[in-house]
Amino acid sequence: MLGSGIIKGLAVTAKNFVGSYFVPERMVTEQYPEDRPKLPENYRSFPLLVSETAEDPMGTLRCVACQICEKECPPQCIYIEKSKDKKPDATGKMQLYPVVFAIDTSVCMSCGLCAELCPFDSIKMDQVFEVAATNRFAGLLLNREQLAKSNAYYHSIRPVEAAEVDARLAADRQAAEAKAKAAAAAKAAAAAAKAAAPAAQPAPAPVAEAPKPPSPAA
Amino acid sequence: MITAAPAPFGQSSGPTVRRVNDPLHGDLLEVSMGPQHPSTHGVFRMDVTLDGEVIVKLKPVFGYLHRNHEKIAENTSYLSSMPYTDRLDYLCSMSTNWAYAMAVEKLSGQAVPDRAQYLRVILAELTRIVNHACLVGFLFNDLGTSFTPLLYAFREREKIIDLFEALSGSRMMCNYQRFGGCRVDPTPEWLAAASKLVDNFPRFLDEYETMLTGNEILLARTQGVGRLDPKHAVNAGITGPVLRACGVNYDLRKVDAYGFYPRFDFRVPLGEHGDTYDRYMMRILEMRESVKILQQAFKVLPAGPIMDPKAKLRGFRPKPGETYGRLEGPKGELGFYLLSDGTPNPYRYRVRPPSLINLTLLEEMCLGHTVADAVVILGSIDIVLGEVDR
Repeated sequence: MLGSGIIKGLAVTAKNFVGSYFVPERMVTEQYPEDRPKLPENYRSFPLLVSETAEDPMGTLRCVACQICEKECPPQCIYIEKSKDKKPDATGKMQLYPVVFAIDTSVCMSCGLCAELCPFDSIKMDQVFEVAATNRFAGLLLNREQLAKSNAYYHSIRPVEAAEVDARLAADRQAAEAKAKAAAAAKAAAAAAKAAAPAAQPAPAPVAEAPKPPSPAA
Repeated sequence: MITAAPAPFGQSSGPTVRRVNDPLHGDLLEVSMGPQHPSTHGVFRMDVTLDGEVIVKLKPVFGYLHRNHEKIAENTSYLSSMPYTDRLDYLCSMSTNWAYAMAVEKLSGQAVPDRAQYLRVILAELTRIVNHACLVGFLFNDLGTSFTPLLYAFREREKIIDLFEALSGSRMMCNYQRFGGCRVDPTPEWLAAASKLVDNFPRFLDEYETMLTGNEILLARTQGVGRLDPKHAVNAGITGPVLRACGVNYDLRKVDAYGFYPRFDFRVPLGEHGDTYDRYMMRILEMRESVKILQQAFKVLPAGPIMDPKAKLRGFRPKPGETYGRLEGPKGELGFYLLSDGTPNPYRYRVRPPSLINLTLLEEMCLGHTVADAVVILGSIDIVLGEVDR
C-alpha cells in the first residue's frame, strides 16, 4: 500500500516522542547550565602548570624550563624564557626554572602533546571549558601566574593520574636521596680510609689530614 | 534535454543569456550554490548551469577551507602532525590517526603490539559507525526531512563520541594513535560500556530502518538518482561505499588485509545500481558489518601492552625512504604518502583524501537531474571539507 512506509515511520517517531517523557534512556538532553556534565578523567581542555603548593605557586613550579613542550607544540603556542639561576626541583636537584612561561590559548588546539611529552610531570591538561574572555589578546594569553595550579587541584581533576605521578616523583626523590646518601657515605669512607692509611704507617708526616666533611650537594 | 553546446563558463558575472535551437526555450541560468549554502556540507561551492530546474553543467569549487596541512606537516616533527590529522576528516579522527600512524610505522619498520592492533580495529569500526550514522542523518536532512532523522542518528553518535571522550580526552579531535601503539589503555569499565553499546546498536539500526528505509518519499527521491557507472567510477579512482554501491567489490580491509582485519569474519556489502539509494543502503549495511566486527573484537581483545617498548615519541628520525600507508576509511581509501630524508621532519607529506577524489565525478552524477537532486547526490557522496581542502 502506498504510504505504509510513511505511516510506519510516523509510528516510530510517535513512540520516541512519548518515550522521551517516560523512558530514561530516551531522555538524552542535558539541561546544561543547571545540570553540569560529569567530565571523564581523561577529558582535556587547556594546559596548566603544576606547582607543589598553593601558597607559593611560583616558588614551587615543577617546570624546569627544558623547552621540550615549546619545541614539540604543533601550533607553537608556548613561549618560555629560562632563568639565569637555579633552584632545587621536585627531586631536590638544582634546576633552572621558567622566568616567562606563556601559552596563547587562542592558538592552543588542546592536543595534549605537551602534557604527554613533559618529562618532569609539570605541564598537564586542565578541564575548564568555560574560558570566555573579554579581551581576545591579553585575555587569552596566559602567563605562568595564571597557568600555575596546585598539585591539590591536579589531584581534584585527575585523581588516578595524579596519584601515579606523585608515586613516581616520590620514588624518584627517594632514589635521589638514597643515591646522595650512598655517594656521601662512599666519600666519607674514602676519606676515612685515606685518613686511616697515613696513620697506620710510621708517621712520615706529623700533620694528619682532617677528613673533609661530605658536601651536601653530593 | 539541452541540445546546444554549453556556454563558455565564467564569462559574465550575471546570468548567461544565449540562444538555443528551440525558439520557445528559455535562457540558461548560472547559479553559484555555496560556499555558504546549508546543503553543501561545509564551505563547498557548486557552480551550476541550469536549464529551468535541470542541471546542464556543474563545476565543483573548493579550497575555502585550505589550511596548508601538507606544508605544515613538512615543517613539524612526525609526532606533531598527529593532532593535525584529526582535523582532516573531523568526523573520523580515529581512522585518520591510524592511517597516518600506519604510514609512519611502515616507514620506520615499527612493530605494534597485539592489544593495540585490536584496539585500532575497534576504534576504526566505531568511527565508521559514527561517520555513517552522521552521513545518513545528513542525507535525510538534504532530502528535506528537517532534523528528525538527523537527531536520531546524532543520539547514537553522541554515545560513541562520549566513549571517545572518556578514552582519549576529546570528543572529535582524539589524537589517540601513536607510532607503535595507542596512547591510553582503556579501562575494563570502558570496554564493558563499549561492548554494551555495540550490542544495543542493531536495535537502533532496526528502528532507523523501520522509520526510513521503506519511506515512499525516500524511494522516490533516491532510486535511480545520481547513477554512477562502475567503469567510470573505477576509472576516476572512486573508492569506498560510493564505489561498492556500483557493484565493484573493492574493500581495502579485504584487498590489503591490513592490521588485524584478516582475523575477523565479515562481509563486504555490494550495491547493484550505483544510485543514491544504493549508496544509502551501503552505509546501513556497513554499519551492520561493523557491529559484527566489533562484537568479535571485544571477545578476543587480549591483555598486554598497548605500546611497543622500542617506540620513540620524541626525536623520532626514520631512515631515508618513502612509503605509502593506506586504509579503508569510512569514506574510502585514505592514504598518507611520506618521503623521509632522515631528518625529524618528513621531506614530503601527502594525503590521499577519499572525499576529494570521490567528488570528481559529481558532475557526471548530477547532469540531467534537478537542483534538489544535486543536493541529495552530494549528500550521498559523503564529503568532509576539512579533508577535501586540507
